[in-house]
Amino acid sequence: MREITLSQAVNEALAEEMRRDPTTFILGEDVAEAGTPFKVLSGLVEEFGTERVIDTPISEPGFVGLAVGAALTGARPIVDLMFGDFIYLVMDQLCNQAAKQQYMSGGKLSVPMVLRTNLGATRRSGAQHSQSLQVLVAHIPGLKVALPSSAYEAKGLMKTAIRDNNPVVIIEDKLMYQDKAPVPEEEYLIPFGEANIKREGSDITLIGTSSMVQVAEEAARILEAEGISAEVIDPRTIVPLDEDTLLKSVRKTSRAIVIDEGHQNYGITGEIASRLNEKAFYYLDAPVLRMGAMDVPVPFSPVLEDLTVPTPERVAENARRLCAGEMIHAA
Amino acid sequence: MTSKTKTKTKTNTSPNKHDYLRMYTQMVRIRTFEDNANQLYLAGKMQGLTHMYSGEEAVAVGICEALNDNDRITSTHRGHGHCVAKGANYKEMFCELLGKQEGYCRGKGGSMHIADQSHGNLGANAIVGGSMGIATGSALRAKLLGQDDVTVCFFGDGATAQGLLYEVMNMAALWNLPVIYACENNGYSEYTKTEEIAAGSITARAEAFGIEAFSIDGQDVLGVNELSRKLVARCRNGEGPFFVELMTYRYHGHHVGDINREYYRSKKEEADWKENRDPIIRFRGWLVEQGIATEEEIEALNEQIKQDAKEAVAYAEAAAYPDVAEVDMHVYAETDPATLQAGN
Repeated sequence: MREITLSQAVNEALAEEMRRDPTTFILGEDVAEAGTPFKVLSGLVEEFGTERVIDTPISEPGFVGLAVGAALTGARPIVDLMFGDFIYLVMDQLCNQAAKQQYMSGGKLSVPMVLRTNLGATRRSGAQHSQSLQVLVAHIPGLKVALPSSAYEAKGLMKTAIRDNNPVVIIEDKLMYQDKAPVPEEEYLIPFGEANIKREGSDITLIGTSSMVQVAEEAARILEAEGISAEVIDPRTIVPLDEDTLLKSVRKTSRAIVIDEGHQNYGITGEIASRLNEKAFYYLDAPVLRMGAMDVPVPFSPVLEDLTVPTPERVAENARRLCAGEMIHAA
Repeated sequence: MTSKTKTKTKTNTSPNKHDYLRMYTQMVRIRTFEDNANQLYLAGKMQGLTHMYSGEEAVAVGICEALNDNDRITSTHRGHGHCVAKGANYKEMFCELLGKQEGYCRGKGGSMHIADQSHGNLGANAIVGGSMGIATGSALRAKLLGQDDVTVCFFGDGATAQGLLYEVMNMAALWNLPVIYACENNGYSEYTKTEEIAAGSITARAEAFGIEAFSIDGQDVLGVNELSRKLVARCRNGEGPFFVELMTYRYHGHHVGDINREYYRSKKEEADWKENRDPIIRFRGWLVEQGIATEEEIEALNEQIKQDAKEAVAYAEAAAYPDVAEVDMHVYAETDPATLQAGN
């Protein structure tokens, strides 16, 4: 199978869906000729013109608001939010407006829009261009949240996001734009709410999202050399969440670590760990462990920044200890 | 007389007798709706927060009578007037205010989120200025998809303090979007005089973006309608956006519980607006003077509307609440599974 980058995969998904549905259009800062700072959208304006690939002013709440209105009245806008950190700027439009229209109208109004943005630290971008804020949107009923972990997921999830009749936030790892993965030439979509078992194992389950799937896979390779068999699962969408696949795995392995690049406090990892505790308690031989980003603003200095995110070595170390019966804090 | 089968004004022709009577009817329907809503609240039959539109009727009616059902509006927390003016029925409105299943939003929206998309009302909004993006986005959609509808964004003078307005007016002006920003200036930003929170001129804010702006008497339904018809036609012709400041007055407090308000607004001032500038009294006088209706005909019309409201309120009070099973329905819209298949 051919291999393409995550960036190319997103670009292909957008182009295919824009050819398929004339009501789709892209809206955001520097999306047209510039193709975004990450060049993910390069070439789209040549095919679809500036009417459907629209450069906006630097007005995030404004253009997200426009997308909500366009979606409410029959279009399918795809909003490009240049950095995930800017989600804070658009919270009212996303959470008070887009997320609630369907419910507040008793099912009469819908907002089929996509907000694509990114996450990920260790790019030396400082505290306001490095955050992984998926928890903020995952908390809000009415929004769906997809976190692609490779080029394959990026394309298949994007196509589903565009066709879904709800506001979908899809967050790409900005450090993975140049990473290649096998992506079929023929069309495919990845359904929401279906986790992917990346690697089967029997001793411990490593649940990773987005950038942390690679970290979990690398940890599994380290552990394999030591005779520990780790199962790696990528939920692919955190809303909806495929609880069944996660629970099935944990009931089998009896141990789990949940890894996500958002801050650990009150985070995605805590939510998933809690569901495992509630629904697989009697199957567990060890507490479910959370591994998120450190609860500090992301520092600039490379020496400091690298300490803030989970690494394969630290995941492997925790897995090793869980499997050895350590970290069980009996009173 | 109800507006159920209302046929809309042709926007490019002058109003006729029939149109004038409908404008009057719609204004009285708003006032009567609010009188009933206020009573329901004071009698403890209606819960939550509600904001009365009484006094501002000429604004909603003058503008909405220049629109077709296909044209969209976005409304505000003070939204009952816009909803009635855009063609909504009493029954579904009162049901919504009382949280009943037959309400426009199955009781899930309430007073501050009432929406009636069958007549192009995209909904009230409980965030001050919260719908400015939605209105402008609706206009962007019209332009991109080659549709000729116009969107009117209603908001109050208080909402001009929100930054969103300036972001969306900038884009609307850059892209010539068919949107009309209708600023209902009732002089008060919640419990504060607007002159204390708004520096400079309100219309100059729009003019800074190159948007043609008007400031007119919002108590004169004919004047509001005449300007609206012109601007709607120009929007359809690709000449939008526009900004209209409508000088008006809110008869009640910010919300129905805002009773003792002399610390920010005098009773004398309120009496002056009610006695000397009431939009319904003014228009009624004009109708009689022009021989369009007699006093008797108008009284009969008023009586009929009161009766309609009474019946709708009784219906809503007796109507069923939503089934408790609905609490987690409508969080997400359904997507046809076939749509999500490759090759489709």
